[in-house]
Amino acid sequence: MEDKKKYAWLSYIIMGSAQIMKGEYIKGIFLLLVEVLTIIFGIPYFAHGLWGIVTLGETKFHYNEKGIAVFDHSIFLMLQGIISILLILIIIGIYIYNVKDAYKAKEEKKITLRDKIDRNFHYIFMTPGILALLFFILLPIIFTVLIAFTDYSSPYHLPPRNLVNWVGFRNFKELFGLKIWNETLSGVFVWTVTWAILATVTSFFVGLMWALIVNSAGVKIKKLWRTIFIIPYAVPGLISMLIMRLLFSGPGPINDFLEHLGLQRIGWLTDPHIAKITLVLINMWLGAPYFMALMTSILTNIPRDLYESSDIDGATAFQKLRHITLPMVLYSTMPLLISSFAYNFNNFMLIYAVTDGGPVNPNYRYAGHTDILISWIYKMTLNQQQYHMASVVTILIFLMIAPIVAYTFTRSKSFREEDLI
Amino acid sequence: MKGTPTPVPEIKFVKPKKKLTPKAIALKVLVYTFLITNTIFILFPILWIIGSSLNPGDSLYSSSMIPKNPTFIHYKELFTKTDYPIWYKNTLKVAFLNMIFSTILTTFNAYVFSRFRFKGRKAGLVTILVLQVFPSFLTLTAIYTLLMQLNLLNTHIGLVLFYSGAQIPANTWLIKGYFDQIPKSLDEAARVDGATNFTTFTKIIMPLAVPIIVFLALTSFIGPWMDFIFQSLVLRTADKKTLAMGLMEMVTGQTNTKFTLFAAGAILVAVPITILYAFLQKYIVEGLSSGAVKS
Repeated sequence: MEDKKKYAWLSYIIMGSAQIMKGEYIKGIFLLLVEVLTIIFGIPYFAHGLWGIVTLGETKFHYNEKGIAVFDHSIFLMLQGIISILLILIIIGIYIYNVKDAYKAKEEKKITLRDKIDRNFHYIFMTPGILALLFFILLPIIFTVLIAFTDYSSPYHLPPRNLVNWVGFRNFKELFGLKIWNETLSGVFVWTVTWAILATVTSFFVGLMWALIVNSAGVKIKKLWRTIFIIPYAVPGLISMLIMRLLFSGPGPINDFLEHLGLQRIGWLTDPHIAKITLVLINMWLGAPYFMALMTSILTNIPRDLYESSDIDGATAFQKLRHITLPMVLYSTMPLLISSFAYNFNNFMLIYAVTDGGPVNPNYRYAGHTDILISWIYKMTLNQQQYHMASVVTILIFLMIAPIVAYTFTRSKSFREEDLI
Repeated sequence: MKGTPTPVPEIKFVKPKKKLTPKAIALKVLVYTFLITNTIFILFPILWIIGSSLNPGDSLYSSSMIPKNPTFIHYKELFTKTDYPIWYKNTLKVAFLNMIFSTILTTFNAYVFSRFRFKGRKAGLVTILVLQVFPSFLTLTAIYTLLMQLNLLNTHIGLVLFYSGAQIPANTWLIKGYFDQIPKSLDEAARVDGATNFTTFTKIIMPLAVPIIVFLALTSFIGPWMDFIFQSLVLRTADKKTLAMGLMEMVTGQTNTKFTLFAAGAILVAVPITILYAFLQKYIVEGLSSGAVKS
């Protein structure tokens, strides 16, 4: 036993060596392989990556004497830098495991491969998910946050033609300091919050009203009404939105109908104020069925005896609604209401598909009257290539939405059963 | 007072017959008027698009809801004059792959977080929670650059990898919550019988979690039909295009003369999905309401 442990120190230098000495060949070879690959491929890649993320490149785009373009692509370098840091952290983790494991005594019993896999089952099972999480969520988030501290933007700082530089908090200062940015930010922010509240509240109450009326005693063939009212939920959202865009368009059928009645055509999507109302109406059509479906099950779960005892006390229908139904429904749906608020806050598709942020607002920078923060970011990114400002606004959205989502989550069932805090 | 039991008041179970008072009739009329007007508002856009798809001609201006000479020509044109079949095939492919990838990744993670206690578990759960807050939509530029580096731009697999990765945080919590409700004694019984963790997962947990897994599979299948942003960011060439991209172009394109064609295309997308929803309604309501506070 002791005799075998004396090789453990070898693991500090050659990963997996102690394991091989102990006779744990598979583990040992795997660890050795990690070290070999790190030395051969890892170190050059990491060195370049770390240099890249610090400097963001040094060679400006030019043609060398042979006429070949030579340049450092700042954004690729930044990405390589982040990937390097993530991989280095993973390798350090494996290294620490390697050393700790070297000092452990060999497993006494011979265990089969099946048992071995089963014992480490949770790590094996989670690996694909964790990798996907690292590369498709964590990495992009780090990248986006970092961009906020650079000058990555059109027209003077777009790779590969130009280099990108670190600028510290300059973008934040500009967003809050420069009048045109500041005005756009506050205007768009106020509309985003108003929109999120209106959109959530209207669809909530219409959904509740539908559920109450359909489920009320006097109504026959409840199933038919319920099916009709759920239809908008089942129609693919993007399609409904595009249909609405056409319905409300200038020459569309709604205006035709108004004209037919001898009324004036209305700029449903072109008047700044009316366009906002139209959006709320359309969202109601799209969102109320979801709430109705929810309410129906919640309403049936309200204890009957509450209503019966209030009947005895001679409560009116309205009083019952006000003091029993509403509080019960609100209590049950509060988390969903809040997440619906967060959803509408970032409801990009609706804005994009229906108005595309229009009509244009000359006082705003890159935003229209109905643009919400997220669609403004989209325009800055894809149309204007102002990546740096888009990232700053992204961080702001995150700071605003994070507490809301965190609050909802801490109240949800699956969270409460964990004692995380 | 002490010894004598208080008489229990008799409860009458027979409901008094309701008389149709004028007030009750007025209420009934009101309720049904409400239901019918709402039905009109709900169905109008849908009937309008169906009517439009049957209109001859192709402009928004001249089409009427009840066409005088209905025609199926636009449905035929979709298949002969546009790339619609390719879009449909591509969308089905992305949707199907996303469904498989997302379901596997998320149920695996949720199972581990629900059933195992290991170092870093809590940290992992909190990290996922924080990541979930950051709308993945906002990392457009990063995703684009990443896919470019991985040579996955203009491929469907790049899109699927991103979709299935991005849904992990939110759905892991949802599914884990459901798994938590399945009694642990069932797993233990299976372990005693010599089942490995993997067989416990496939034979015990999965069958009992069918409702939530159906919900997860369905939402990840539907997702790609609706997303337009990432698809237009990642996919470049005509042979890779999807339905969302194609339909969007028909409506927002500069030369907007394909309106009736759009209507037909939209219906061919909406009908199968609506039917799917109708069949799986039970699971959807369960999945949606699992976020509500249970009393």
